Amino acid sequence: MNIEIQNITKRFNKVTALENVSTSFSSGQCIALLGPNGCGKTTMIKTILGMVIPSAGVIKVNGKNIHNDYIYRNDIGYMPQIGKYPANMTIKEVVETIRKLRKPEKDIDLELYFSFKLDEIENKKMNTLSGGTIQKVSACVAFMHNPSILILDEPTAGLDMIAMEVLKEKILKEQAKGKLILITSHQLNELEEILTHVCMMDEARILFFRSKEEIKISTQCDKLATAVYSLFKNIKS
Amino acid sequence: MKELLILISKDILKNRTIIAFAILLFCITWSVFILEDSNEKALHTLGNLVLMVVPLISILFSTIYIYNSTEFIELLVSQPLKRKSIWMSLFAGINVSMIFALFVSIFLPILFYSPTYLGFLIMLLAIFLSAVFISLGFLSSILFKDKARGIGFSMILWLFFALIFDGLILFFLFQFSDYPIEKPMTVIAALNPIDVSRILLLTEMDNEALMGYTGALFQKQFGSIYGKMIIVCILVLWVFIPYYFSLIKFSNKDI
Repeated sequence: MNIEIQNITKRFNKVTALENVSTSFSSGQCIALLGPNGCGKTTMIKTILGMVIPSAGVIKVNGKNIHNDYIYRNDIGYMPQIGKYPANMTIKEVVETIRKLRKPEKDIDLELYFSFKLDEIENKKMNTLSGGTIQKVSACVAFMHNPSILILDEPTAGLDMIAMEVLKEKILKEQAKGKLILITSHQLNELEEILTHVCMMDEARILFFRSKEEIKISTQCDKLATAVYSLFKNIKS
Repeated sequence: MKELLILISKDILKNRTIIAFAILLFCITWSVFILEDSNEKALHTLGNLVLMVVPLISILFSTIYIYNSTEFIELLVSQPLKRKSIWMSLFAGINVSMIFALFVSIFLPILFYSPTYLGFLIMLLAIFLSAVFISLGFLSSILFKDKARGIGFSMILWLFFALIFDGLILFFLFQFSDYPIEKPMTVIAALNPIDVSRILLLTEMDNEALMGYTGALFQKQFGSIYGKMIIVCILVLWVFIPYYFSLIKFSNKDI
């Protein structure tokens, strides 16, 4: 499982969200995608998912160009930053719907569904849920089909402490199976233990993409967050 | 694709707007049949009603529905589904539920009171008109990101085809009444989906004689089988072309 990004550029009218970005992620890695607000993280994730169509460049998932393809998304579980669901559906209906829409009926992994205790409130409608609960539904949906690539956009935002531990545990478990996990987040401290790599973006470009150990050694910092911050400052100045 | 179609149709049939629309139209249709002294007269009234109301409801409903399902579409796009089949399922789903609503509200009373050729023609036109205006609604909802603008554009489209277009034609007919422009004008009128349906209805209602020369022209140009085929072709094109443009737009849209 790998994702290859080659010279991707994306412009929205006059705003450039991605400028000639190239990188590649491979299985077994758990990558934190970092960067200041509006640096193009979400756009990058959305181009991988085919939701945003790049102005130039090629993205390959498992060696296949994703342009005009959709089957590759069977291998991807996506947890959006702000999960949006049809207001009138219940939690159960949302999960059922997505299960039905995924064609090859793989084994369904409902571990998160039960550990988040969504089964107890499964008949609640989506528009009555709090932001955190919607995040839980999103997480559950992303992990449900046992995908080999997991893309989590701000998974920790809005989750309570217990839910976050549950999610972290689940991510560790999936990572042990050799999955490729891509996380965007601002809270490095919370994710430090599960990460293997850090990919820093700034002003529509990738600033650096290194492994956790490499960053720590090169900056001689013990804490990942401080290490990343000092590296960021070094490169910028 | 099939799953998605069923899902969307179910969702729409639970929609309050469509239920209210069906009930309202149902009441009107029944009362028209009860109040008019002959069934044929009632069909005339109903025909005119269908020409105005069905396009309005179809275009408004489809536009608003697409805007309201933005979130759902977003969710679908991130799943392993073709964008084309998402859009197609939406289109088919709205059409199916609209036909269902029309069936309950208009077709049943017609079948009950007056299952004549004219009755069937009105049903056919209702289906065609709803498809045409759903397709236009799709186009305007994809053209504008802003909901208010999109709905506004839909309203203008309906106003244009239902009222303004006729006004313009009338204006030209009066302005150039010294020239023989009746013939080209009937052709131009046929470019409007509502007018073309009206022409088809008029030629079948046998009262074009009341409309003098223009009526005779309509009968001559569109009364034959050949002319009717042209009318059906025009309607099919009106369904297909706006939908096709919206499909292309949607396939390349950033979500």
